[in-house]
Amino acid sequence: MAEISIRDALNQALDEEMARDERVFLLGEEVGEYNGAYKVSRGLLDKYGAPRVLDTPIAELGFTGLAVGAATVGLRPVVEWMTFNFALLALDQVINNAAKMRHMSGGQLNVPIVFRGPNGPAEYLSSQHSQALQSLFVHIPGLKVASYATPYDAKGILKSAIRDDNPVVLIESEMAYAWTGEVPDEEYTIPLGKADVKREGSDITLITYSKPLRMVLEAASELESMGVSAEVIDLRSLRPLDEQAIYASVRKTNRAVVIDESWPMASVGSHVAWLISRNCFDVLDAQVELVCSEDVPMPYNHRMELAVQPSVEKIIDASKRVLYME
Amino acid sequence: MAKRNTKVDVFTVDGVGEHKKKFLVELLRQMTLIRRFEEKAAQMYGLRKIGGFCHLYNGQEAVAVGAISALDLKHDYVLTAYRDHGHALAVGMEPNAIMAELYGKITGCSRGKGGSMHMFDAEKHFLGGNGIVGAQIPMATGTAFAQMYWKKVMGEKQTGVTLCFFGDGAIHQGAFHESLNLAAVWKLPVIYIVENNQFGMGTAVHRVSSVEDFEIKATGFDMPGMTIDGMNVIAVHDGIRKAREQAQADETPILIDIKTYRYKGHSMSDPAKYRTREQLEQFQQQDPILVLKATMIDAKMIDDDEYKKIDDDVKKVVNESVEFAENSDEPPVETMYEDIYA
Repeated sequence: MAEISIRDALNQALDEEMARDERVFLLGEEVGEYNGAYKVSRGLLDKYGAPRVLDTPIAELGFTGLAVGAATVGLRPVVEWMTFNFALLALDQVINNAAKMRHMSGGQLNVPIVFRGPNGPAEYLSSQHSQALQSLFVHIPGLKVASYATPYDAKGILKSAIRDDNPVVLIESEMAYAWTGEVPDEEYTIPLGKADVKREGSDITLITYSKPLRMVLEAASELESMGVSAEVIDLRSLRPLDEQAIYASVRKTNRAVVIDESWPMASVGSHVAWLISRNCFDVLDAQVELVCSEDVPMPYNHRMELAVQPSVEKIIDASKRVLYME
Repeated sequence: MAKRNTKVDVFTVDGVGEHKKKFLVELLRQMTLIRRFEEKAAQMYGLRKIGGFCHLYNGQEAVAVGAISALDLKHDYVLTAYRDHGHALAVGMEPNAIMAELYGKITGCSRGKGGSMHMFDAEKHFLGGNGIVGAQIPMATGTAFAQMYWKKVMGEKQTGVTLCFFGDGAIHQGAFHESLNLAAVWKLPVIYIVENNQFGMGTAVHRVSSVEDFEIKATGFDMPGMTIDGMNVIAVHDGIRKAREQAQADETPILIDIKTYRYKGHSMSDPAKYRTREQLEQFQQQDPILVLKATMIDAKMIDDDEYKKIDDDVKKVVNESVEFAENSDEPPVETMYEDIYA
């Protein structure tokens, strides 16, 4: 086992899949000569050359749509969006084309493509660059959506996404690229659609995904010092959603807090909270709580931007409410 | 406001050119089939057998038939927008499967999930039937990218070109401009065809476009451009054949403005009050079917009786497609859960 960063885990996954399958190619802004805006694609242009690694013009709609067309006839593109904020320009190609080709053709066509890049708030970037936009993709039948917050998950999920015959959107985080963790030396993949219990517990279930995982684990440690045993579920896959993993945990703990860094309306977090209320109603000992971002665009001011987002303190407060510890 | 247009040459062909009777009869048959098919579709729409948006191709037949007859569909690809019945027939899709799709039946080419705007045939390399104006242009650039990639990376000897059809209304979308730049930078074998029928829905070209001759736009992307008389199927065929050879030999995209005209409204719900009867009649005098028929009669390749037989044959095919659609089953409701994920 080697200790590596999420950045390098993603790089390994890309490298291994490009070596394994000639049809896999990477395109996006600055992925080649610049080695990636966040260095995820470091060294790949040197190793594979063009057109397997392609620097694109700043034209998200154009290069995303080009990749969708290439996938429809059998190539397996990995599209790097420099951020999900810029992916908004490409949304038509993702929602109207990638997600619909199979359906509109009555099952004749597949679109094996991966869209990935950093999503959600980083620091000091204000409102156009600090948005957690996963709900826009999770809402759409025909897409798969997944996330990761450890190098082990990042590598295994990206490899599975590249091998999947459907369009897969992968949610990353600028703040998490440098996070490190152990990754096996031998090859492995992680199936899409499976949640993971990141910490076992018996008193309360904390459900999250992507970057907030780290603060949720921190909150779970603090809760332990208060005598509360918290179970942490990392959803990893958002569509399809591993509902059974959620219910199995809540049926054990009878209490749930969902932590999601996006806004509250029509979010993964609000949907999961509804599912628990609907399907675990008989076993719940308290209301399901949602810890999410405040319903405001992100301010630049640091004290304000931290106040907007979920925090260890907010998670502990919500946990106390469902444990009637206040 | 005066338009500052550069004068463009419109490519056309006098007479039958170098073509043999058998080939021209086939073009005449295909165009007549499309015309009769669309007339029948309009009739069935009136009877509420067909619903939703239904965009007819009457008047533009020479564009799809002329262009697609210049292709090798083992290797080439075709993408178009939502006015797609003509292209579907021209690539050789079964009229039965197209009519059944219009009826929303399980025997339709898209199992009743696509309808008028979404005809597909993966085997015939026909990738739709796309409903968002201009959104097929990046995708077509991508199939051309794959054609380049198969050759350069995967060592395939013979790969084709992509024909990307879109209307004059699509040319102002960002998707068009982003795609042409990408295709030029990466030298992709794609032929962009503006089916310039003079109207984006009800808006005349001159009201919303800085230029009316779209060939001019090719210069801005440093690619070859061309303008073709779209009421002359032989001109369209010869022009696209030449363009196809050039796209492959020179590894270049090409932009082609094909001047045509649609006889019907934008869709079935449009009475087309934004144009004059005189304008419509002027184009109907250059009707692509009548033009080819007259040309072939002049060349003594065909007479009125022979044409009548062609027309009777396609009417029979069209009537059979209606019968097929009428007699086909509705899709079982539970099939709504199918064809979403591979």
